[in-house]
Amino acid sequence: MRRRVVITGIGVVAPGGVGVKEFWTLLTDGRTATGPISFFDPSGFRSQVAAEIDFDPESHGLSQQEIRRMDRAAQLALVATREAVADSELEMSGTDPSRVGVTIGSAVGATMGLEQEYRVVSDDGRLHLVDHRYAVPHLYSYLSPSSFAAEVAWEVGSEGPATVISAGCTSGLDSVGHAVELIREGATDVMIAGSSDAPISPITMACFDAIKATTPSNDDPEHASRPFDNRRNGFVLGEGAAMFVLEELEHARRRRAHIYAEISGFASRCNAFHMTGLRPDGREMAEAIRVAMDEAKVGPERIDYINAHGSGTKQNDRHETAAFKRTLGSYAYERPVSSIKSMIGHSLGAIGSIEIAASVLAIRHNVVPPTANLHTPDPECDLDYVPLVAREWQTDTVLTVGSGFGGFQSAMVLTGPDGDH
Amino acid sequence: MSSTVVTGIGVTAPNGLGAKDFWSATIEGRSGLGPVQRFDAGQYPVRLAGEIPGFKAEDHLPSRLLPQTDHMTRLALVAADWALADAEVPPEDPESEFSRGVITASSSGGFEFGQNELEKLWSQGSEYVSAYQSFAWFYAVNTGQISIRHGMRGPSGVLVSDQAGGLDAVAAGRRQIRRGSSLIVSGGVDATICPWGWAALIASGRLSSIDDPDRAYLPFDAAAAGHVPGEGGAILVLENAVTARARGAESYGEIAGYAATFDPRPDSGREPALRRAIEIALQDAELERGQIDVVFADAAAVPELDRQEADAINAVFGPGAVPVTAPKTMTGRLYSGAAPLDLAAAFLSIRDGVIPPTTNVSPAPEYRLDLVVGEAREARVRSVLVLARGQGGFNSAMVVRQSR
Repeated sequence: MRRRVVITGIGVVAPGGVGVKEFWTLLTDGRTATGPISFFDPSGFRSQVAAEIDFDPESHGLSQQEIRRMDRAAQLALVATREAVADSELEMSGTDPSRVGVTIGSAVGATMGLEQEYRVVSDDGRLHLVDHRYAVPHLYSYLSPSSFAAEVAWEVGSEGPATVISAGCTSGLDSVGHAVELIREGATDVMIAGSSDAPISPITMACFDAIKATTPSNDDPEHASRPFDNRRNGFVLGEGAAMFVLEELEHARRRRAHIYAEISGFASRCNAFHMTGLRPDGREMAEAIRVAMDEAKVGPERIDYINAHGSGTKQNDRHETAAFKRTLGSYAYERPVSSIKSMIGHSLGAIGSIEIAASVLAIRHNVVPPTANLHTPDPECDLDYVPLVAREWQTDTVLTVGSGFGGFQSAMVLTGPDGDH
Repeated sequence: MSSTVVTGIGVTAPNGLGAKDFWSATIEGRSGLGPVQRFDAGQYPVRLAGEIPGFKAEDHLPSRLLPQTDHMTRLALVAADWALADAEVPPEDPESEFSRGVITASSSGGFEFGQNELEKLWSQGSEYVSAYQSFAWFYAVNTGQISIRHGMRGPSGVLVSDQAGGLDAVAAGRRQIRRGSSLIVSGGVDATICPWGWAALIASGRLSSIDDPDRAYLPFDAAAAGHVPGEGGAILVLENAVTARARGAESYGEIAGYAATFDPRPDSGREPALRRAIEIALQDAELERGQIDVVFADAAAVPELDRQEADAINAVFGPGAVPVTAPKTMTGRLYSGAAPLDLAAAFLSIRDGVIPPTTNVSPAPEYRLDLVVGEAREARVRSVLVLARGQGGFNSAMVVRQSR
């Protein structure tokens, strides 16, 4: 019989609040955490809006040494890990460390730390032959974001497989999907899995400016992320982390852990089409959804809620709307579909895990978060996107999807305890 | 469960462009290490690298791909082309458009591309940053570009676990074959030889500052003093053994076993987890330790790490009981490209019945290894263990064997 994988702990660090409680309150209030960029002076940039976290690492228990050696994304991952492990009440002292693994998703790794250090060693771009003597000793751990997985493994004391999954903006789903596969095949019983990205830096803003992917709505930053709305004009860059404790079902039952949901299906496909473009028909995402639903053994009628990628670019919103119709048929019109990126922006490789957290909380509370800022839907996006206000809604089974640069398309099905069959 | 075979190999290595040149150089002990050519390294404490000579991307790739790709992506695209040609893969899978995927490892992405764009941003302004920066430097780029070039729409991904990642990616490829994909392009290619990348590599504290290419990278030698960084790697075509046979494909051998572990915290005083990775990989391959004909070592050339690796090998096999080699003394360490290149060499060892040498090394007796030094050694090679370790504590072990 196939080993089943359940979520027993959740930790979230997202714009608008640190911790699961603050995160869920923001989402269900329908408030937005987007605003003018404060991390650096954005004048001169096309897009000057972002969803930043008010994050003080020290007050969240990180030591001076940890703060010094870790990029912001690693710090976010660590704080989310601590919350998830505490929430799960997993005692590492009673757990075989070799049966515990780590996967962290990240699209752009230590991009903030790298840019900071680049400025120092290059004298703000003046030196091509950079002066390595000014580099911080931990610069190598910025170069390769595998250091994030190492930090989390050290934190929890795990000695099973550890890795970083970096598949662009589906990393947050793919990382958790990879962890599920490791538990299923028996390599581990417990995985500390999730993702983190902290990309709000000049180089990231500049590269998205160059392809006009991010919003230029600088005069109204609080309402700049408008997925599925006719006036949308690009995504709002965000940052954040979400981490989970995943366990093999029997392992969780034996220690009487609280079970949030089962990860019952996952699949990823690639569009092999364009590094940043999407085919409008949504075929590859539809295939990922179909395979994930097959794996979960659920038909379209069983999907209660769809947590959309909903980045707020025209091509994405139409692409995934098409994919939902292809896979769910008439049920696509009958089920709530929403994008939390309308409130917390798009944190690249982290958002997929943050959206898993939102999906699990929807199951737990039977409440579906809204799509904020949705006033005038794009006529080509004609599903029920839960505009503005959260909705009480019996939610047992959730489909959450992601789509990213590189052509990656991923889908995951989560089933709550009441949806078990 | 159907086994996973390797039907194609594409190599871009400092001592040989293409699998054929790489293999003849490796058997003959020809090194690709030398003074850095790509930039003036005179001011740095590390001045040697394993660079791929004579690679002209425009000879192999359409010109439209050049402005949007880092050097390492061009190498990866060419290696993938060669691997697919070697496997004689038909352009389209008759079974399903979603049955082929790409899963690669990366450790630093397109770092040189990144340096150039950072330089434009900070010296000229944000409007000078390339429209391709959004994807040309990121870790997923090789998988994305290979999948587009070959129309592969199946399960795809990217793993980052420093130097261990190359094995993790191939293992993830095997997992997808087991789950129903017919073909996965896997492996890894890395290149970080630019001034900004150099500063980051130097910060690792593991590079050799010796200027003599024959004395700079000496794993398991009393004179070990760090490694020489290199560029390149290998791309492999993995296929389901049954469907590969059905299309008449020849196979180099099978991915038979794998495991990954993570070392206990450095301050714990506990044994590193490499031995456990080896043991689980052998179990996974259903092989006894005596059936392994050679071990391709990670070969850090940092005394403490060499000792850990020798201890793990000896704990499993017994001191001096299995030939050990590290042909990466001829290429330098290639980060996520290293282990896929070792896998390529392992399959060619199986094919030709020869173990490539660890060049320049006089084995320190304290490690008690049967290190293959000097000349290549003729031997019957049926099963090979490949080891890869990443900075921070990542251990991966893979067993490959002759096709059954």
